[in-house]
Amino acid sequence: MSITSANSSDVPVIRFENVHKRFGSLVVLNGVDLDIPADQTTVVIGPSGTGKSVLLKHIVGLLRPDSGHVYFHGRRIDNLPEKEFEPIRKRFGFLFQQSALFDSMDVGENIAFPLRQEGGISETQIIETIHEKLSIVGLAASERKMPADLSGGQRKRVALARAMAMNPEVLLYDEPTTGLDPIRADVINELILKLQKQFKVTGIVVTHDMASAFKVADHIVMLLHGKIVFRGTADEIRTCPDPEVQRFIQGRASEAELGALDRL
Amino acid sequence: MEHNQSWPMRAANPIIGSVAAIGAWAIHAVQTMGDFGCFFLSIVYRTFTGLNRRTIRELFIQMYEMGTLSIPVVMLGGGFIGAVLAVEAYPQFKAIGAGNRVGSVIVISVVKQIGPVLTAVMLAGRLGGSMTAELGTMRVTEQIDALRVMAADPVRTLVVPRVLACIIMTPVLTVFSDSIGILGGWLISVGVEGVRNYPFWHYAQTGMDMFTVYVGLIKAFFFGLVISTIACYKGFRCGNGAQGVGRACTESFVAGFCVILLANFILAVMLNNIYVMLWPNQPSIL
Repeated sequence: MSITSANSSDVPVIRFENVHKRFGSLVVLNGVDLDIPADQTTVVIGPSGTGKSVLLKHIVGLLRPDSGHVYFHGRRIDNLPEKEFEPIRKRFGFLFQQSALFDSMDVGENIAFPLRQEGGISETQIIETIHEKLSIVGLAASERKMPADLSGGQRKRVALARAMAMNPEVLLYDEPTTGLDPIRADVINELILKLQKQFKVTGIVVTHDMASAFKVADHIVMLLHGKIVFRGTADEIRTCPDPEVQRFIQGRASEAELGALDRL
Repeated sequence: MEHNQSWPMRAANPIIGSVAAIGAWAIHAVQTMGDFGCFFLSIVYRTFTGLNRRTIRELFIQMYEMGTLSIPVVMLGGGFIGAVLAVEAYPQFKAIGAGNRVGSVIVISVVKQIGPVLTAVMLAGRLGGSMTAELGTMRVTEQIDALRVMAADPVRTLVVPRVLACIIMTPVLTVFSDSIGILGGWLISVGVEGVRNYPFWHYAQTGMDMFTVYVGLIKAFFFGLVISTIACYKGFRCGNGAQGVGRACTESFVAGFCVILLANFILAVMLNNIYVMLWPNQPSIL
């Protein structure tokens, strides 16, 4: 299970350089500069709709920046054609917000999908991998179940097993705990920690669940109005003087946001 | 896009406002056509560059779902249309003393026009809607993004097998629909109206040649292409949420239906011209 390559150098695994992205007249990313260090978990926090998921999708080329550059191990990737992007995508695992399991396939086939797509892997190895990944996420006996028969938390765990199938170097988690009860959410948090510690996976977690952020983060980055407004450790964000940052991590609405209620 | 759509609303002068609205619509139409053109070319490119085992497996699944499972509805529709044709046409033919010739008009109408068009319209409803809904739901629930992240080309994995299955199965289903349509016409003409078997089949046979059959099948091939490419395009470009998927399904059927009728007209003219070129001494068959 060797996952990481040479990553002790100073070159960050992923680097964003002045990335801008807009959809129509809506500006989502407005000059994002960000370095993601290797072998650690970086949590990107920020209110809903600030472009956290958009940021994540730029890393795997699902979205391309309007301007600015994205680098992977020092190599510029944002301008790569779709075909050249494919080998790079194989080095990533992506846990989607809605799990994105293929409805028409059972759990085992879902996990086998990236392996069969890769080709040249024997069926015995594929079956071994399915069992191994399912036991890591604690769903050992669910191989033949259909995604529709699973609970939200189980779907997330199966999706995580699928994201890990190719032993990726970097795992991207898009709101991994959203929609789960606190216990199920904690299971996911523990899994993220386990993957990082055991397999030295570089993790990028996008979330607005602060309990989850504090638990899994080596670094926290806050995205607000399309820009990075804070970067540092969990301890540093607790003492950050910026009122916007404090309001977010403590979950306090502003006067302006509460003002709308007065009109009711 | 948002810019184009929002500013006509703010135009003070109603004339400028309407011109701007027409302009915005035209820009949107040209953009959609261009986008669809690129999508279509990407399907063609991927069809001819490496069909892998997964695509072939998916192709057979789709052929079963689209073809085999559509046979009853297509046959039911075809049968009743043939029967109705006989009910309407026989009295007219009888009035001019040519009741025995009713077979020829039933066969030509069914094989060349009604069979392919009716089958295509039924399939646009049955397959077009479900294809758009399935792909649209996959897009909304990020399954298409998941395919891309796992280095599986979504067009190659999802669209190519559906389009191929549809262009293979639409002509096959048209043959089923035609056959039952002719039988429906025969049942009414011979069983109810009292036309004898021999003249019915004799005139049915003289009324058509192999070219007539080819015309019907060539049309069915293009209708299959139209239904599947539009349905997949609408699914891939559908808006968010249940509303987005629902709207995409409606648009898919309406666009498919309109293009089928347009394509039917263009193909009829083109194939008729080809017939005249090949057999210049024969009367036009349009």
